[in-house]
Amino acid sequence: MEYFLELVFSGLTRGSIYALIALGYTMVYGIIGLINFAHGEIYMIGAFTALIIATVLNMYGLPLPAILILASVAAIIWSAAYGFTVERLAYRPLRGAPRLSPLISAIGMSIFLQNYVMLAQTPNFLPFPALIPDLPFLNRFTSMVGTTDLAILLVTAIVMILLTLMIKFTRTGKAMRATSQDRTMAFLVGVNVDTVISVTFITGSSLAAIGGVLIASHIGQINFYIGFIAGIKAFTAAVLGGIGSIPGAVLGSFVLGLTESFATGYVSSAYEDVFAFSLLVLILIFRPAGLLGRATIEKV
Amino acid sequence: MTKTAKLFSLIAAVAMVIAAAHPSLAATPIKIGVAGAHSGDLASYGLPTLKGAQLVVKDVNAKGGVKGSPIELVLVDDQCKPEAAANLATKLVSDGVKAVVGHICSGPTKAALPIYRDAKIVAIAPSATTPELTQSGEYKLFFRTIASDDRQARTMVDFILNKLAAKKVAILHDKGDYGLGLANYSKQFIEESKQAEVVLFEGITVGQVDFSAVIQKIKRSNADVVIFGGYHPEASKLVSQMRKKRINTTFVSDDGIKDEAFIKVAGKDAEGVYATGPTDTSQNPITLEYREKFKKLEGTDPGSFFDNGVAATLAIINALEKAKSFDAEDVAAALRSEKVDTPFGEISFDEHGDPVGIGFNMFVVKDGHYHTAE
Repeated sequence: MEYFLELVFSGLTRGSIYALIALGYTMVYGIIGLINFAHGEIYMIGAFTALIIATVLNMYGLPLPAILILASVAAIIWSAAYGFTVERLAYRPLRGAPRLSPLISAIGMSIFLQNYVMLAQTPNFLPFPALIPDLPFLNRFTSMVGTTDLAILLVTAIVMILLTLMIKFTRTGKAMRATSQDRTMAFLVGVNVDTVISVTFITGSSLAAIGGVLIASHIGQINFYIGFIAGIKAFTAAVLGGIGSIPGAVLGSFVLGLTESFATGYVSSAYEDVFAFSLLVLILIFRPAGLLGRATIEKV
Repeated sequence: MTKTAKLFSLIAAVAMVIAAAHPSLAATPIKIGVAGAHSGDLASYGLPTLKGAQLVVKDVNAKGGVKGSPIELVLVDDQCKPEAAANLATKLVSDGVKAVVGHICSGPTKAALPIYRDAKIVAIAPSATTPELTQSGEYKLFFRTIASDDRQARTMVDFILNKLAAKKVAILHDKGDYGLGLANYSKQFIEESKQAEVVLFEGITVGQVDFSAVIQKIKRSNADVVIFGGYHPEASKLVSQMRKKRINTTFVSDDGIKDEAFIKVAGKDAEGVYATGPTDTSQNPITLEYREKFKKLEGTDPGSFFDNGVAATLAIINALEKAKSFDAEDVAAALRSEKVDTPFGEISFDEHGDPVGIGFNMFVVKDGHYHTAE
């Protein structure tokens, strides 16, 4: 029983890591129908920014919570700036183009950003400081769930709730939904579509930055390639949950994380990907739009 | 007898007398083949051995050669291609070489060995590490001056069983050729020893964000020691996440983590981690002497396997010198029985042809650096 619970918690930890990145994928897809392959790289840039800021602040001897907050804020601003710029440079000029063109542009951006960070920073792995302090009252449960695991879980939950509220109730959220339903119509009734899309990218990139800080403190090391691998898994989770749906991305991530964890625990970790992707195929056979996705009728 | 016949026999007699009077002129040089990649993609593996052999032979010839005969090197370039190696081996045989230093890569070595075996020629490879080359027992005339791939696992397992007195061992690997190979040998040696039990054998996915599930599995297996076959990025993730969960199982890994980058990334979690690595011989006087000679000649530091190439050439020349005759059987016997000073210190060869004295040591991380483990 204890082993089962341990596996549940490892599944939840892994799931919430995927979810933090998957939220950004699903949001952009929900609004403009683009799979933003550069999202993983934005996450990686967030982690790098946090590392640089944290290293500098550490030299001034600031306390750990202050470093965590300042580094996160810097990462959010920097990643949001990257997300905004990527959209302006690589996606906006292709707004009227066939769907395949922005997709290829996204893959190009992803490769460009990876190589840029590799050349400008380093191809080696760098140690990432443990920015989240260990809480003493959790020590009893440390074999099951650590402070960083818990922090990631909590942040994922909070972010998911805030995002849902924003999309349901704020003006921007309404504009986003309108843009998502019919871009031309939204434009005609006075929604500034370009601004809405920029806001979507800025929000998605900020989430990726938060993910970058938390996940990098959990893993303890980063390099230019982390965004690619994490991005693929997060993208899988978003598709599993129903791409475009925010609760779907979180659900899909947890399903993926738990599947991998149980596959490792009861079968073999060598087969975790086999189980994860078999599950994806099965779910897509029976529910092509994903767990919580709505089947859309293509307008011809 | 006619006049001309008389003249001819006279000339022949005179020629015989002259030949007998000058035996050094008649001393034909002893040919040694040097086979390996001297051009192509993998030339950087083969050229250091070639240069090493030339430097050694120059010294030997300056001192009067072997049993009064000079050494002559016959160079052949197989570019690490097995099909080329077989043809070139035939060429060396027809050239009448007494021994071969080579080949460099394991594949070509495997292709060439049957030809040397049938022609009864001793071959000594500086860098072919595939275990079966020696351990299959098919090539009694084959030797090498590099530890075979399984030697690392052997060193590791001996250390775990004898020094750490482990009873339960968990083995993880990264599913790659290097990591999986090491994991398989470790498992085999532990099972053969019957001193300990392999309680877990798992592959992990490279690049994965979180290893907590597999770490829970290690915990549940109650292993005393974890062996990891792979490279340092995964090793540092594993060891950090284990320590975070307060699992203090001893972590043992391979040459792939014996790198300062591992300590830098894993930080304080790296303390107490064991790793195998090649024995440090950089301060050996012969190593220094030949590296200096190479530097004077080429202006750069020698590349990989230079020391192994020098050692192979020194060993074969020493064996030719000390063997009863130049017959392959006698030379092989001399290689096994006569110790020789090389860049790796004093070495000899075991019954399979693997070197005794070239190998791996265990290192342990202490105060942020690797130290030889006792």
